[in-house]
Amino acid sequence: MDIGWYLVVSALIFCIGFGGVLTRRNPLVILLCLELMLNAANLSLIAFSRMHGNADGQIFALIVMVVAACEVAVGLGLIVAIFRRKLPIDVDELKELQG
Amino acid sequence: MSAVIFFIAAIGALAGAIGVVTLRNPFYSVLSLVGHLISLSALFLLLRAEFLAAAQVIVYAGAVTVLYVFVVSYVGDGTVPLGPGGLRLRNVSMLFVGMLFVELAIAILGSGLKAIDGKGAPYVLGFGSPESIGEALLTKFLLPFELASLLLLVAAVGAVMLARRRAGGRTLEDIAYDDTRYITPRTLFSGTMAEAVGALHAPPEDPRETARQTAPYVPPSKREPVPTPVADDDAKED
Repeated sequence: MDIGWYLVVSALIFCIGFGGVLTRRNPLVILLCLELMLNAANLSLIAFSRMHGNADGQIFALIVMVVAACEVAVGLGLIVAIFRRKLPIDVDELKELQG
Repeated sequence: MSAVIFFIAAIGALAGAIGVVTLRNPFYSVLSLVGHLISLSALFLLLRAEFLAAAQVIVYAGAVTVLYVFVVSYVGDGTVPLGPGGLRLRNVSMLFVGMLFVELAIAILGSGLKAIDGKGAPYVLGFGSPESIGEALLTKFLLPFELASLLLLVAAVGAVMLARRRAGGRTLEDIAYDDTRYITPRTLFSGTMAEAVGALHAPPEDPRETARQTAPYVPPSKREPVPTPVADDDAKED
């Protein structure tokens, strides 16, 4: 398959994840949609790595996976902390930082 | 053959992504993400990234989603109805999504990279294998590798600090039990955290006990002290 097709799939997944981040209100689902966006970026990184025949892009994708795992750990810790304080699990309700 | 596998995997990945966004129950969203990640790892395999495909399945579909499932079952599905003005905002965000896709499509089509229309560079044996990745990580990319391990350590410590039980803060004992404070629409006596820490007790079989237990909950700190048998004995001796 041409590399362009992979990039189109990656763009579609990124847009779906972006739409989820904008529309969903549950922070758990927002974290999942962030995962989708990071995975879309990974797919295009690997596609470009294949295009150039250079494995450096795969290292980049691996580092992105590490950062995504860290983001998940901290995000889920935040959600558990929110739940412990008996605040609503809803990003529209938790807007004290909005100014 | 690779075209068929590509389209199956791409459709699976896109369907999984749409499922993550549209399913109402976060638990099903997580399951949909697993399907998405497995399809995506098939795409990685097609792109000759064997190690990353394996890491994707093991790290993401195996470990990270288990973490998600734990938190979803702990927090419960906070399914909330859409607030006022939600539909209009949703339409606006869909417009933004469409604009973003158009922009990305223009970027892909107008990139001028001739190799986009090809199958990529000629395959070299060992490209994307664990050996080549490991060698690159420990020679050329040693500093990013070490920084990534440091980041993982910081994130693990930070997650524990964020989610820990706070000593000296308000606990369940200090707060009078109030049905409306609980976010999850879960019925009582179905294994809630309040029961686990002993603040609530399931109604016993004895009807007299039931009558006592259905009285409004009073936290132990505000209950009237019950004289213990030991105190009674002391009184008799005196």
